[in-house]
Amino acid sequence: MILLGELSLWVALLMAIWSATVSFAGGRMSRADLAASGERAMYASFAFVALASIGLWTALITSDFSLRFVASYTSANLPTVYKFSAFWGGQAGSMLFWCLILSLYSALTLFANRKRNRELMPYVTGTLATILVFFLGTTAFSANPYARLDWIPPDGTGLNPQLQNPGMAFHPPNLYLGYVATSIPFAFAIAALVTRRLDAEWLAAVRRWSLVSWLFLTIGITMGMWWAYVELGWGGYWAWDPVENASLLPWLTGTAFLHSIMIQEKRGMLRKWNVTLVVATFLLSILGTFITRSGVIESVHSFAQSPVGTYFATFLIVAIIVTAFLVATRLKDLEARAELESMVSREAAFLYNNVVLVGIAFSVLWGTLFPIISEAVRGSKITVGPPFFNTVNIPLGLLLLALTGIGPLIAWRRASIANLKRQFAVPVTGGLFLGAALFALGMRDGYALVSYTLAGFVFTTIAQEFVKGVNARRRMHGEPVPVAFIRLIARNRRRYGGYIVHFGVVVLFAAFAGLAFKKEYDLSLTPGASFSAVDPYNRTWTFTSQGVSRYEELNRQVTAVVLEAKRAGMAPTLIKSEKRQHVDSRGQPTFEPSTEVGILESLRQDVYLVLHGVSGDDRETAEIRITFNPLVWWVWYGGIIMALGGLIVMWPQATRSGARRRAEGGYVVVMQSSERRPADVPEPPVEAGV
Amino acid sequence: MARARTKFIIGGVLVLGTAGYLMATAIGETGMYYLTPGELTAKVKGDSTFYDTGVKMGARVVPGTIEREPGGRAVSFRVTDGSQIIPVTYRGVIPDTFTDSVDVVVEGRYNREGTFVATTLLAKCASRYENAPDKYQSTPGYKAAKGPAA
Repeated sequence: MILLGELSLWVALLMAIWSATVSFAGGRMSRADLAASGERAMYASFAFVALASIGLWTALITSDFSLRFVASYTSANLPTVYKFSAFWGGQAGSMLFWCLILSLYSALTLFANRKRNRELMPYVTGTLATILVFFLGTTAFSANPYARLDWIPPDGTGLNPQLQNPGMAFHPPNLYLGYVATSIPFAFAIAALVTRRLDAEWLAAVRRWSLVSWLFLTIGITMGMWWAYVELGWGGYWAWDPVENASLLPWLTGTAFLHSIMIQEKRGMLRKWNVTLVVATFLLSILGTFITRSGVIESVHSFAQSPVGTYFATFLIVAIIVTAFLVATRLKDLEARAELESMVSREAAFLYNNVVLVGIAFSVLWGTLFPIISEAVRGSKITVGPPFFNTVNIPLGLLLLALTGIGPLIAWRRASIANLKRQFAVPVTGGLFLGAALFALGMRDGYALVSYTLAGFVFTTIAQEFVKGVNARRRMHGEPVPVAFIRLIARNRRRYGGYIVHFGVVVLFAAFAGLAFKKEYDLSLTPGASFSAVDPYNRTWTFTSQGVSRYEELNRQVTAVVLEAKRAGMAPTLIKSEKRQHVDSRGQPTFEPSTEVGILESLRQDVYLVLHGVSGDDRETAEIRITFNPLVWWVWYGGIIMALGGLIVMWPQATRSGARRRAEGGYVVVMQSSERRPADVPEPPVEAGV
Repeated sequence: MARARTKFIIGGVLVLGTAGYLMATAIGETGMYYLTPGELTAKVKGDSTFYDTGVKMGARVVPGTIEREPGGRAVSFRVTDGSQIIPVTYRGVIPDTFTDSVDVVVEGRYNREGTFVATTLLAKCASRYENAPDKYQSTPGYKAAKGPAA
């Protein structure tokens, strides 16, 4: 199986090289036979990458320690689920995993477009195959998971205990699924640029893939935050670490694209901009991978330094040059079909949304790369930390939140004063009311007050849109409220799914603002000793140490402290935090000790307990930190709501095929009653086909 | 029409200009030199204001020099980049991955007595395993920052 897997890796590489060569040749020479051969080679490449992956999984599950990769990342006593997830736990395996996803996505794209976009497809295939050649080549030559050890160790090193967590088993695959999905829109953009077919056609083809990428990145980032919070024990979920920033960057530009694409669909504007965003999103995913793997930037969780970084840097530079050349030579074909008519229009709101999102992306990129930039320019490395990112991004983020509410309220093209009054009266009142109420309740933090006022505004906006929609359906179809509500969403998934995403954003911002009220206490408790602390809601808690206990579990020795937490109006609850020393199958300690935090969760706040260590002659005094983290749960909820909204937007419309038949038959697709569309749509409606 | 476009561009420039201004001042105020022990020694020789300036130092822990105070809250050790050895004291949460020969990043001040007083200690994982993430410490910088933005 190992031999077969290793062989498959090389065959897959050859297939991808063949596919890239003949696809481009087929497109250039307009030879359908070559293009078809390129597509077949791509399917074959996928099959062989899958075989290579199955081979590695087999080796991991059966603990074949003759492979360096298996010996380095697993041990005999590792739970099976983590043997499985060790696949992406190390450099070599995660590269193969990347190839697996890319070839799978490519095969799906070719299959979905076997009867569509035929002029674009040779170049799409060729571009995807080129990316695959790069990844497979890098895997095979410099990060080969099939590399052997010259001796067979009795047991492996084991998986780092901090990676032995459900969050870590699922967080990387989600991020990879998101990162890799940016390749498909990129390939279509290249194909559209090469063939100069830069109309709505390629956009329709890439919108769904952009959503796929956005959805997986959203899930992946949320899971990463959750993992950092429950596993790393520093009491937060986002530290502006380069690797975290790397995952945020393509998410930001991808989100900008999902908004600006609507302007091109409806008004024919922003055509250059959209191509740029698609390309930038892909390049930022590659840059993110480069940052994670090369070790050029000091990050707490970067992979070991390896030659892979050079490969990535080269690929990145070549990709930038090629796309810059293509865009520069096709500027004429990318001229806008319409102009901005008024500052008070939905287009303008969307444009500002793009400005802010890209501004945030730029500042994050700048801060992340600043050590390199300053070293190149001034000769000494200067690093920036969370204060930099917060100073810049809190104001930008709040502006973005405001636009989230403004955008859906303004009409396309040009909004009238009457329209503005009608639309804004209730939401503005709602926001101000919430802000004033919180101020009256004693909230004095400026940024938090602005956040909650804006959150109240956006929330009321969304509620108002839903109420209007439901009422319209009730009037027109006489449906009861729940039916009207569900049908409203189902009949216009893009719009109302989008609102649900916005609702998730509101929840997230509310949770972020809660961090302003975090409280922390460091203390030492002997068994039976008590400590009183006041939480951010001005309630008094008493924590009593139940003592320190020591015991052994399957693959670890545990030191644990248990506290009894008491507060008026709540039954006493126990919280436990552990220090774990992992051991291998012979009982020898492996890795450094790790901490397991104790969290008492509720909607208002988390009580977060970390055991730092034990002290005293009898080792019975627990050195602990207690943190009151307000509203942390809402971060996870916000992420889940955003993902759900994204799913609704993506879900194929039930009447899709019928609508498309009508559209193709020359009939204009009838819009939902609630959608206002100008009469002179410059580009054909693509609503039905995406 | 052109007027709307001009207005939009003015607005956009305002937004990005403010962001740029914030970025520039934030780098000025919170940016920190990232130095090795050798570079730090050279810097303080050339410019004595580098004593008591907050810097970050990346180096490797000299094996056998770690002295932990009971309770696991404070530690002193020596670090080196191969050219210079600098003693470090640190009080705070000690990361799980901190041990002999690991690469660490300490943030703090180098005082005139020749000791680096660290307020933050980050330990990179040993070469034994690759992508082990560190415990982020709750740094003063992080505490000062009232929560992340979007």
